[in-house]
Amino acid sequence: MDFELFMQFLINGIALGSLYALIAIGYTIIYGVVQLINFAHGEFFMVAAFITMWGVFRYQIPWYFSFAIAVVVVVGLGLLVDRGVYRPLREQKTSSFIGAISVSFLLQNLFVVLFTSRAKPFPHPEILDQVLNYGTVALPVVNIFIVAVSIILFTLLFILVLYTDVGRAMRAISKDIEVAQLMGINHNRIIAFAFILSTTFAAVGAFMYCSKFPYVDPFTGVIPGLKAFIGAVMGGIGSIPGAMVGGFILGMGEIMIVAFFPDLTAFRDIIAYIILILFLLFRPGGIFNVRMREEKV
Amino acid sequence: MFRLPTRSTMLSWGLAAVLLLLAYIGESALDDYVIRILNMWGIYVILVTSFDLVYGITGQFSLAHAGLAAIGAYTVSLLTLPPDAKLMSFLLQAPHPLISNAQWPLLPALLLGGVLAALVGFMIGAPALRLHGDYLLIVTFGFSEIIRLFLINIPSITNGAMGLKGVPYLSGLRWTVAAVILAVFLTNRLITSSYGRALKCVREDEIAAEAVGVNLYRHKTLAFVFSSFFVGIAGGLFAEILGTVDPNTFRPALTYAVITMAILGGLKSLTGGVIAAGIYTVMSELLRTVEAPRMIFSYNFPGLPGLRQLAFAVMLLVLILFAQRGLMGSNEFSWDWLLSRFKRPGTKKEGGEA
Repeated sequence: MDFELFMQFLINGIALGSLYALIAIGYTIIYGVVQLINFAHGEFFMVAAFITMWGVFRYQIPWYFSFAIAVVVVVGLGLLVDRGVYRPLREQKTSSFIGAISVSFLLQNLFVVLFTSRAKPFPHPEILDQVLNYGTVALPVVNIFIVAVSIILFTLLFILVLYTDVGRAMRAISKDIEVAQLMGINHNRIIAFAFILSTTFAAVGAFMYCSKFPYVDPFTGVIPGLKAFIGAVMGGIGSIPGAMVGGFILGMGEIMIVAFFPDLTAFRDIIAYIILILFLLFRPGGIFNVRMREEKV
Repeated sequence: MFRLPTRSTMLSWGLAAVLLLLAYIGESALDDYVIRILNMWGIYVILVTSFDLVYGITGQFSLAHAGLAAIGAYTVSLLTLPPDAKLMSFLLQAPHPLISNAQWPLLPALLLGGVLAALVGFMIGAPALRLHGDYLLIVTFGFSEIIRLFLINIPSITNGAMGLKGVPYLSGLRWTVAAVILAVFLTNRLITSSYGRALKCVREDEIAAEAVGVNLYRHKTLAFVFSSFFVGIAGGLFAEILGTVDPNTFRPALTYAVITMAILGGLKSLTGGVIAAGIYTVMSELLRTVEAPRMIFSYNFPGLPGLRQLAFAVMLLVLILFAQRGLMGSNEFSWDWLLSRFKRPGTKKEGGEA
């Protein structure tokens, strides 16, 4: 493989890795505070993509405005699901997971009913289609955009979690929810805040993912959602740096498999699942060996 | 030591015989559409019963149903498809020589489907059942998806994403009814045996179970493999009735459907599972007519694809939020209960608690 081609793959790997990391953070934030695998995360992602698309096509509003509406709607949806489904089931682990499954299933099929399952083109700003050329290496603008936005969001998230009261409360809850409550933390509000963060990340991730792979259908969220989830488990679910590293490795790995073992391209989803299973069996704490609160079902 | 069977046992045998007889008569008396619905009901009953055993009774939440059913379905289809039909199906790649000439009768094919599913169930369960809660359900989900993705990616055996067409309809209502009777009967025997009490003990409190000498891992694996066998059988019958199999049939949505039925009936009740599977099948058919485009008062009503799944998703959500006990909770049908109803109408005290 020559240098230019390798650089292409590398750049793609960095972009996809950043995307998975961004979505994986959504899973890990929720898991950190409520020990819930939010199976509907991929559907929040899909809803955000759909609303952005619909605003531009149906109502002819500019993409940034449409995207802003999408963020608001998805955050609202996240809060609604937390309040209406997850909170009543909070004490029952398996039931809350079934609740998450049914929310995910419901959103998918609601969008099939409303918009049919046909894939629709995603309207992204034209500037993202351009390609910068550095000598022989081509650099798609969309990849720079993804990496830049990811870095900005990661930085903001770290500041939030490490240096603000809300972040401190989130960390306290993830360590020990009972003691945190005794210290006067209103855990339901902090959990709601975690959902706001998580869904915002899903919406931003959706916008960038669909700018890179510009189609939306009601099942758009499934694959990136699952990949990001696997990334989160790899890094150690519940840990924010873990989700970043895990998601990044998974995205980069996926591109590198395509680059170096083209024969295995069709098997890359299987490989991702096998990685997931191996991690859960042999190192459930992930790369960062996060200790999870083991609770009875 | 010959012991006369109890009244309940004799009544159960009688019921089984009557059902089989009815199935035999029904095969020629009923029209194809009704037979198809009854067949689907039976298959769902087997799937729900096996889910009840693993989750309701043993307390191990598994999402592997779709993948295990796929094993059974593909085994039966590949073994019963006539060789020339296989050549018609496998357009892109010739079938593997191991399967290209195989043409088995239904019974051994079905049994092999069940055994292979049980084997794969063991391979999944052996590592996964050492895990708890979240880990277990994600690992089983992952395995199920791996099976489906493999079916897409080994075209020389499974014909990839295109699936197999023209699976001969060798089974029939009496096969389905026989399989249902076998599955429900054996599962019920397992549940009411000492093993069953151990399984319930595992569900209620693992530490206590271990303290009284229940080998946790062995019992969980036993329940899982036992249920996998019947999931495989159900998958095989499913392929027979559909006439085609493709990997899309075995998406996680199939597992969700089984979970919906199981919760609707009551997770700890086999009787509830039988009722819920019937309700689900009928609802599914009714909603199918809503999905199709049609003319209503000369207005062209476009039909709403996806409505069926949406309705079931809403149903699952409502059940899990407001009615986790389902229709039957943990109550089972029993002959004593039925007979007592006849004797003293109005006194319900001797309900059949399981």
